[in-house]
Amino acid sequence: MATEVLMPALSPTMEEGTLAKWLVKEGDTVSSGDILAEIETDKATMEFEAVDEGVIGKILIEAGTEGVKVNTPIAILVEEGEEVPAEGAKAESAPAPAALNGEEGKVAAPATAAPAPDAPKPDTSPDWPEGTEMKTQTVREALRDAMAEEMRRADEVFVMGEEVAEYQGAYKITQGLLDEFGARRVIDTPITEHGFAGIGVGAAFGGLRPIVEFMTFNFAMQAIDQIINSAAKTLYMSGGQMGCPIVFRGPNGAAARVAAQHSQCYAAWYSHIPGLKVAMPYSAADAKGLLKTAIRDPNPVIFLENEILYGRSFEVPDLDDFTVPFGKAKTWREGSDVTIVSFGIGMNYALEAAERLAGDGIEAEVIDLRTIRPMDTDAILASVMKTNRLVTVEEGFPQSSVGNYITSVVMEQAFDYLDAPVINLCGKDVPMPYAANLEKLALVTTDEVVEAVRKVTYR
Amino acid sequence: MAARKSTAKSNVSAEELLGFYKDMLLIRRFEEKAGQLYGMGLIGGFCHLYIGQEAVVVGLEATAKEGDKRITTYRDHGHMLACGMDPKGVMAELTGREGGLSKGKGGSMHMFSKEKHFYGGHGIVGANVPLGAGLAFSDMYKGNDNVTFTYFGDGAANQGQVYETYNMAMLWNLPVIFVIENNKYAMGTSVQRATKSPSLWERGAAYGIKGEEVDGMDVLAVKAAGEKAVAHCRAGKGPYILEIMTYRYRGHSMSDPAKYRTRDEVQKVRSERDAIEHVRDLLLQGKHATEDDLKEIDKEIKAVVNEAAEFSKESPEPALEELWTDIYA
Repeated sequence: MATEVLMPALSPTMEEGTLAKWLVKEGDTVSSGDILAEIETDKATMEFEAVDEGVIGKILIEAGTEGVKVNTPIAILVEEGEEVPAEGAKAESAPAPAALNGEEGKVAAPATAAPAPDAPKPDTSPDWPEGTEMKTQTVREALRDAMAEEMRRADEVFVMGEEVAEYQGAYKITQGLLDEFGARRVIDTPITEHGFAGIGVGAAFGGLRPIVEFMTFNFAMQAIDQIINSAAKTLYMSGGQMGCPIVFRGPNGAAARVAAQHSQCYAAWYSHIPGLKVAMPYSAADAKGLLKTAIRDPNPVIFLENEILYGRSFEVPDLDDFTVPFGKAKTWREGSDVTIVSFGIGMNYALEAAERLAGDGIEAEVIDLRTIRPMDTDAILASVMKTNRLVTVEEGFPQSSVGNYITSVVMEQAFDYLDAPVINLCGKDVPMPYAANLEKLALVTTDEVVEAVRKVTYR
Repeated sequence: MAARKSTAKSNVSAEELLGFYKDMLLIRRFEEKAGQLYGMGLIGGFCHLYIGQEAVVVGLEATAKEGDKRITTYRDHGHMLACGMDPKGVMAELTGREGGLSKGKGGSMHMFSKEKHFYGGHGIVGANVPLGAGLAFSDMYKGNDNVTFTYFGDGAANQGQVYETYNMAMLWNLPVIFVIENNKYAMGTSVQRATKSPSLWERGAAYGIKGEEVDGMDVLAVKAAGEKAVAHCRAGKGPYILEIMTYRYRGHSMSDPAKYRTRDEVQKVRSERDAIEHVRDLLLQGKHATEDDLKEIDKEIKAVVNEAAEFSKESPEPALEELWTDIYA
């Protein structure tokens, strides 16, 4: 039976090409793998091989023809002794490709700019029942307790990282874990972030629940391909078959006097990625509750801690199993004049500023996002619809900051409620300097928050 | 042509030999069909064919038991077929259809099967190597005797994370077999133009990892080396490296004109060292099969491949809602 040989697509972008040269002539016998022709694509000259065996019955497109569209019949292949079908008679052609583009992308688009008719109703339920006994703990102790509790709960949970076991943690977050759980579950790694992040992701594919500690998130840049390409995207690429339950945790952002390579906030970076969840606690209670939730989450979670906060004490509920859900912001202070949104150590400046502003009669509502992704935008919108003013506070760089994203959400969904431009307070747009005075200048400060609030409240 | 002697001593049964022939032929015919569908515009993007390298994965799969894991790079169609994944699902993923193994969302380079313990299909050169060691870690942690076959190419063998992984795999005694499929070219760069190392497997010695070079055009030699490596890993002796010398007949991907090597070089391997021809000769000379038997097998395999191709064309494109699913579990 005669078959048409079609002009092939020879690159991802090729739509037409030049049939530069025929290497066979009519009457030649060809078999699979023989080169039939040379074809010039938009990229290169390619050899075009036969896939079936037969005899070249007729050449339909002469050598040297330019602009031959993909899938145009260029020759007819017949079987030994078979006649070439007469002009007009249809040779059996390989089926034409089905339409590759479905109906033009009419998919659920993200919400567009229509004024929200009603203020959203965020979840404002308390994190623990009234009357719960509290204990004072540092963030460091809370993080350790969270890991220990989850390791007691499930054997698949283990910790790996540099100095997590015998050294008891570079920042003592894993103190005591080796003694309780042994070397099988508390694993010191060599200094090899790229490698152990990948091994952690593979272990999660294999059914374990790794907690991978980075000594700081600055070092995780060496491992970011594994975090994003392997951990975050595999569930999607596998059509939902293979998830990656893993927690990457460690200190993030500026500590003190460690300069540019050790002082960067990655909240905006990781929150950019679909497939990742990003938590960044401020208080010890949230550190504990969020880390326990992170370890149980079936998705990869980036858990951003802060070295300066490790030693800070907070009240933590004394409960057997205390968790904080992702995507639920916490309102630390209610107010009607302005909304201040922050997370992590930024809360420090937000709360200090609110205290000072209250002395001047300005009541700020202070919202701690707790998780950047998922983000409780309902809590932000509901508050902005009440206060009509918004200041965001974070330590990361200003361009493409978390605050920029919050601003776009508020613009799209609560534009008519704004009585002043939103101000995004960030770290300065410079690598972190070493000198004490310059470092201070590079970071966001309580004074700046106070000043921004005065600006948006015109007071 | 006289049958090439197998370099490995193996008392392979006629049945097993026939199995190898079928498995390798399925991969070759499947890949030829994929190339054809690419030419017709039914497959888009990158498409890396495994033609020429069939004996590597078929020989090693013969040494695996239930529970063993495998992970590879983007030249992955052969590995999926060899571990028993449905050719229809693989081909429909290549055409980006709902019936594809990743519902059309992964494509040629990103396919997975939990059921067959196939962990991808990874598009970043070298990145699957620590992932494979991590899979092996999960088995060691659980205390079973499964092994993980971690495949990568001579190109990936120059990535830093491979050596970070060697170090930890040996340090922690992980049951992982590092399979370097040395097809001589990392895209267009020959091994000799990328390294002064005389061999790639010997680099494992720096970490104390044993290994060997294997003739990858001889499925029996691959199987014999695989058995040794598997026994080593299952015995708790840690990782093992197999550098399997093979050859890809086609370009790096469909859009590679392969001008970095001569047509003669390719033809020489094809005509003198082809792995499928080798088994075919062994079958005929050993009187394990007649020409007619083999023709029958060819026909059966063609039918399987054609069925896969038809399915991949008829399966609808994924529903538009699929854009938003499978981002979070």
